[in-house]
Amino acid sequence: MERRTLIKTFAASLLAGAVLAGPALAEGTITIGASAPKTGPLAGGSAVTYWPAIQLWVHDVNERGGIDVGGEKMKVELIEYDDRTSNEEAIKNIQRLATVDKVDFIIPPYGTGINLATAPLIAKYGYPHIAVTAVTDGVDEFAARWPNSFWTLGTSEGMATSLVDVMKKMKDAGQINEKVAVVNVADAFGIELANAGKPAFEEAGFDIVYETSYPLQQQDFAPIISSAMNAGPDSFVAFSYPADTFGLTKQAAIAEMPVKVFYTGVATAFPAFAGANGAAANGVMGVGGVNASTEAYQDFAKRQEEVTGVAPDFWASPVQYASLEALEQAITAAGSIDKAAVIEALKSGTFDTIMGEWKFDNNVIRSFWTVGQWQDGAFQGIASKGAGGEAEPIVKSGWK
Amino acid sequence: MTRFSEKEQRVAAFALLGFGAAAAIPLVDDGYYLSLSVNIAMYAVLCTAWTLFSGPTHYISLATAAFFGIGTYTVGLGIDSLPFPLLLAIAGIAAAILAGLVGVATLRLSGVYFVIFTLGLAELVRQVVTWLQTNFTTSVGLYVFTDMTEKHIFWMLLALAAIVYATGWLINRSRLGFAMRIIGNDETVARHVGIDVARSKVILFMVSGAFIGITGAILAPRFAYVEPPSAFNPVISFQVVIMALLGGTGRLWAPLLGVIPFTILFDRISSSFPNHTSLLIGVAFMAIVYFLPRGVIGLIEDFRKPRAGKAGTVAPVPEAAE
Repeated sequence: MERRTLIKTFAASLLAGAVLAGPALAEGTITIGASAPKTGPLAGGSAVTYWPAIQLWVHDVNERGGIDVGGEKMKVELIEYDDRTSNEEAIKNIQRLATVDKVDFIIPPYGTGINLATAPLIAKYGYPHIAVTAVTDGVDEFAARWPNSFWTLGTSEGMATSLVDVMKKMKDAGQINEKVAVVNVADAFGIELANAGKPAFEEAGFDIVYETSYPLQQQDFAPIISSAMNAGPDSFVAFSYPADTFGLTKQAAIAEMPVKVFYTGVATAFPAFAGANGAAANGVMGVGGVNASTEAYQDFAKRQEEVTGVAPDFWASPVQYASLEALEQAITAAGSIDKAAVIEALKSGTFDTIMGEWKFDNNVIRSFWTVGQWQDGAFQGIASKGAGGEAEPIVKSGWK
Repeated sequence: MTRFSEKEQRVAAFALLGFGAAAAIPLVDDGYYLSLSVNIAMYAVLCTAWTLFSGPTHYISLATAAFFGIGTYTVGLGIDSLPFPLLLAIAGIAAAILAGLVGVATLRLSGVYFVIFTLGLAELVRQVVTWLQTNFTTSVGLYVFTDMTEKHIFWMLLALAAIVYATGWLINRSRLGFAMRIIGNDETVARHVGIDVARSKVILFMVSGAFIGITGAILAPRFAYVEPPSAFNPVISFQVVIMALLGGTGRLWAPLLGVIPFTILFDRISSSFPNHTSLLIGVAFMAIVYFLPRGVIGLIEDFRKPRAGKAGTVAPVPEAAE
C-alpha cells in the first residue's frame, strides 16, 4: 500500500511539475547548459572558479527580471551536468545539451583540455563558445579554427614573461639579486610556463642557479626546497599546480626559506591559499591576479559569498562572471536568442563587465592579469597585459 | 574447423544482425545518442579486449590506460605526417610491443603482484611520455585536428569490435585458447602437461594490448587535444575492469552485458543527479555486487540452467577437454 501511495504521489508531482513547467518554459525562458567537473581531479578547481560564478550570474539575471531580448524580459534556466573530469563525458554532455535538452546557450567547460575537446562540437551546433578557464598560447589559432570561439584569460607566454618583467624591475631597483631558482610541475601548464619563462629570465640577466621539474602528484617537497636554498637565490619561482602550490609553500614556510620573491602557480589566487598559510602567505606571488580594490570586484566577491557561500578566487572567477555578462549583453544587442546573431554581436560589441570594458580583438581579450601577490589578505594584481590598476610589488620578508 | 555448427551459425546470424543494427545508429541520430553509442562502443571494445586475456587467465590487468594512451599518442604524434589507417596499425604494434615487454618481465608474477605492476605501468608510461615531451619538445599537449566526426569514429569502433570478436572466437578454437583455459584453472597442471605457460600468456597479452592501443588511436581525433592526464587516465583502467566483471568474463560476449546497461545507468545517474554522481554510482556498484555476484551472465545462466543447482563458477574447461 505504501508503495502505491508513493508511486501515486510521485506521479502526481511529476504531472504537476510538467503542468507547471510547461508554460513557464514555453515562453520567456532562456535555457543555458553547463557541463564541468563536479567530481574527479579538476573538481576542486571548478568548485571555486566555475560553478559559483555561474550560479551568481543566473541568480543576478533572474533577480532583475531576466535578460532583455528585443524588449521582452526572459528569465534564465540553468541545466548543470558533471563531466567527471573526463573528455568522453564532457563530449556526451555537450551533445545532450545541444540535441536532447536543446538549450539556447552553452557555458563552455572547465579546463584547457576539455575546452579544446568540446570546441568542435560546440562549433558544429553553432553556439558561441566563450572559453574562460583555458590558458594556452594557441588562442589565435583556435579563434581562427572555430570562429564561434572567444578566449578571455590570456596566454601562458604572457603569464611567464610578465613575471620576468616584474622581477627584472625589482632587480634593477636593487631589491633582489640576479640568482633565481626555477622549478615546474611536469604537466601542461607548468611546462608551457617554464619553457617561456626560463629563456626570458636569462635574457633579462638572471642567473638560474637551480632548476628542476617534478611529476604531478608529488607529495614531498622538502628536497626541492632545500636544494633550492643551498643554491642561495633571492628568488624562488615554481610553475606549479594546486596541490604542489600548497605543498611547496608549506615546505618553504617550515624551512623559513630566506627568499625575497616567492612565486607559485595555479591556486595561489584561491582564497583557500591565504586560509591555509595565514600570515606566511603575505608577499607570495602567483599566477593570475585581479584589481582587488575596485568596487566592481569587491561587490562581486561579497555577493558571490552571500549567494553561493563560496568566496571567489582572485583570478578566473571574476573573468568567468564577466564572460557571462558579455554573453548577456550580446543577447540584448542581438535582440534575439539566435546563436549566429549573438556570435556576431560578441565579435563586434563592447561590453561593460566587472573586469572593465571588454572588446574582443579577433575573438580574443588581449588585456589580462598575469601576476598577483598576496598583500594584507588580498591577492592583488601586480602585473597585467594592459588591464590597468596594478599594485606595487612588495619584497617578501619572512614567513610569520 | 571448416564447418560451422548449427549453434555457431545462429550466433553468427545474431551477431551480423546486431552489428547491422548498430551500424545504422548514426543514420538515425547524430547527436546525443550517437555520443552515448560511441562511449558504449569504446568500452565494449576495451572490455572485450581486456577479457581476451584476463577472462581465461584470471589475471586482473590495470594496464588498459597504458595501452590506450600509447595508441592516442601515436596518433597525436603522427597525424600531421602519416595517413590515419597506418597510424592505427602503428598504434596496435606499439601497444603490442609494450605488452610483450611487460609480459616477458611480469607474467611470471601472479595474483596481486601482477595487478599492482600493471597499475604502476600506466603511471610509468605516462611519466616517461611527459619526461620526453618536457625535455625534447616545447609543450606537453598535442593537437589532433581531423575532419572525422563521431559517426566515423563510431563505425571504426564497430569494425574493430567485429575484429576483436572474430579474433576471440578463433583463439578460443585454437591450441592457444585451449592452453589458456588450462592455465586459468591450474597453472601448475598446465606446466606439467607441457604448455609453455609464459609464452602463451605473453602472446595473449600482446593481442589484447594491441586492440586496446588501436581503440586509443581511433578515439584520438575525438579528444582534439591529447595530453598525458587524459590519454593515460587511470579511471579508464578501473572502469574497464569493473564493467567487464559486472558483465561476466566467462564468455567473449559477456562484457557487453556489463558495458551497455552500466554505461546507460551511469549516464542516467549523472544527468539526473549531477551533484551526487559519485555517491549514487557507489551505491549502484554495491547493489550490483551484492545482487549479481557473478555478473549479468551469471543471472542469465541461472535462468537457462535451472537444473544445475550449483552456484559455483561455470567453467567451460570440462567441455573443451573432452
